[in-house]
Amino acid sequence: MSNDATLSRRGLLMKIGMLFNGLVATALTVPIVGFLLSSVTRGRASAYLSWVSLGSVKGFPEGETRLATFRNPYVTPTDGKTADTACWVRRIEGDRFQVFAVNCAHLGCPVRWFPQSGLFMCPCHGGAYYRDGSRASGPPERGLFEYPYQVQNGLLTIQAGELPTPGASAALVKGKPPCA
Amino acid sequence: MRLIARIGEWFDFRLQLAAPIRDVAEHPVPRNTASWWYVFGSAALVVFMLQLVTGILLALIYVPSAGQAWSSLQALNHDVTLGWFIRAMHGWGSNFMVAIVLIHMTQVFLFGAYKFPRELTWILGVFLLLMTLGMAFSGQVLRFDQDAYWGLGIGASIASRVPVAGPAVVKLMLGGPIIAGATLSRFFALHVFVIPGMLIGFVCLHLLMVVKLGINEWPAPGRMVRRATYLRDYHTLTTQEGAPFVPYAVWKDMFFAAFVLLAVAACALWFGPFGPTGEPDPTIIQTVPKPDYFFLWLYALLSLLPPSLETPALLIGPVIVILALLLLPFLSGEGEKSWRRRPIAVLTVLLLAVTLGTFTRLAEFAPWSPHMNAWSGDPVPDQFLRRSTALERQGALVFQVKQCRNCHALADGGGERGPALDSVAVRLTQDQLIRQVIQGGGNMPAYGKNLSPAETTALVAFLLTLHPAGQAPARDASRDAVDTEVRRRTARAP
Repeated sequence: MSNDATLSRRGLLMKIGMLFNGLVATALTVPIVGFLLSSVTRGRASAYLSWVSLGSVKGFPEGETRLATFRNPYVTPTDGKTADTACWVRRIEGDRFQVFAVNCAHLGCPVRWFPQSGLFMCPCHGGAYYRDGSRASGPPERGLFEYPYQVQNGLLTIQAGELPTPGASAALVKGKPPCA
Repeated sequence: MRLIARIGEWFDFRLQLAAPIRDVAEHPVPRNTASWWYVFGSAALVVFMLQLVTGILLALIYVPSAGQAWSSLQALNHDVTLGWFIRAMHGWGSNFMVAIVLIHMTQVFLFGAYKFPRELTWILGVFLLLMTLGMAFSGQVLRFDQDAYWGLGIGASIASRVPVAGPAVVKLMLGGPIIAGATLSRFFALHVFVIPGMLIGFVCLHLLMVVKLGINEWPAPGRMVRRATYLRDYHTLTTQEGAPFVPYAVWKDMFFAAFVLLAVAACALWFGPFGPTGEPDPTIIQTVPKPDYFFLWLYALLSLLPPSLETPALLIGPVIVILALLLLPFLSGEGEKSWRRRPIAVLTVLLLAVTLGTFTRLAEFAPWSPHMNAWSGDPVPDQFLRRSTALERQGALVFQVKQCRNCHALADGGGERGPALDSVAVRLTQDQLIRQVIQGGGNMPAYGKNLSPAETTALVAFLLTLHPAGQAPARDASRDAVDTEVRRRTARAP
């Protein structure tokens, strides 16, 4: 273009072409971003969470802490064994339970229960928790994550579906920490 | 030969690439840059090419599905002819690439090559380093075993600490609510398409700038970089005292690249492929996850930082480091290039090297991790039980059964999370031992609820025997008078 004041036909067509491409690109951004963020947007309002059974309460003797496993409620066809999840079930007495995520509240490594010393120990950075899940020592800043549970018709069910992480809203049981 | 020449001419008449390639090959470089110090960039490029080739070969067999990835790795290791070797080459190639890129960067930094007019070359190099580390991490994820699974958990735990957006970032990273099929698929896409595509593009730009701006001259102490004069000086250097890159300098690059490839192959042959370790089944919790060596320093840092500093250090630390690297050429774009006149630069490199080296070394034996099997696997050594009373032996039993050994070593056996207890009786009196056991503190859990009074008495009786021969155990002087009085009364009693 020789001059800004005069706009040739071809120059105009080129500008319209650019505008047209810009509009199409913007329109295509919507589904692309929507697709990319689908795992986030779907998760709003606890859509991933549901109640899953850990089996009969008879499988958990009073006063003991045992490892239980469940299939994650949200699965995809390629998940394989990764959708199987472990948790620590502590039956205090009767229908009073505590169900802990195996993930350490520091960086998520799987904690192991040592009934003799009444401690959960983490193999990664040495976090330790007491039998009620409260922090005993090491780098974790809080107690173990707890799943909300229900006992109905002799079945223990927990509300699960998301990987517990130490981030702000990821605490499974809102409100008081288990060590309070 | 004439036929080959004619075919070549036929192609070049259409492609017109021979002339530009000859120009690039024969462009003059300062004579003293034909040095063994200048071979790391080309070596990084050659290892990257090796990674591309071996990566494509692995993709012929590998299945990026959480349910099958691990078995496809087993097939590569055991069933496919030479699959183990290609895996080993790719794994060792990755280690070499990280190491060579870091060495290249250090050399460029110490030789002042980031200064005017090569600022952008440096900045692209910083991105290339980040992408190389991104490849290393995502590659570790594709080796979908227990370490990969729990490594992702650690990544998610770190990501979750981002203020406000944390949970969203975690779901974006995992592709869903848990570490599963979608997670592996997106790391596969990152490792195989996104990052390599960007790497190829950035490497081309990086090389283009090296050719266009010329290789950094050997820094002479006292020869300052000035924006006004540098280009003219460099032109003089290359035209008057320069030599063509091919063959004057290139033979060293070729020798070193071939040597590096041989070294990768030798490591692959000798040490074999990395893993995979156990199957990535989250219900198997008897695992001790550890990152690959280039992230070991981070593993150490995460256990040694005070908890309150961890989140800021994790979230702000990398931003500061990357910003510092990106701003470096703007903060010090002129002036002295030679490391002989830049003591702070040399000290910075040394400090970083010592820090990273120390953390890596520490992480190799991880003194902060309890030894989960020490209580049942490491018996109390004989010398601690000779001539002991029944109570002390009972105490030794409590010591083992209550997993004290997982964190406390005796005769170098056991965990290192807490102090070794070989001579604990010299440091703590009976009362202090009882208090420490029952109340814990100083990073030790309280055992008050898990020990009966009899167990505590026995345990402390055993701990009181732990002192070197000839060295008296610690005693509380204020207790002496009380003890004497008690003994006197007991003796007097009928």
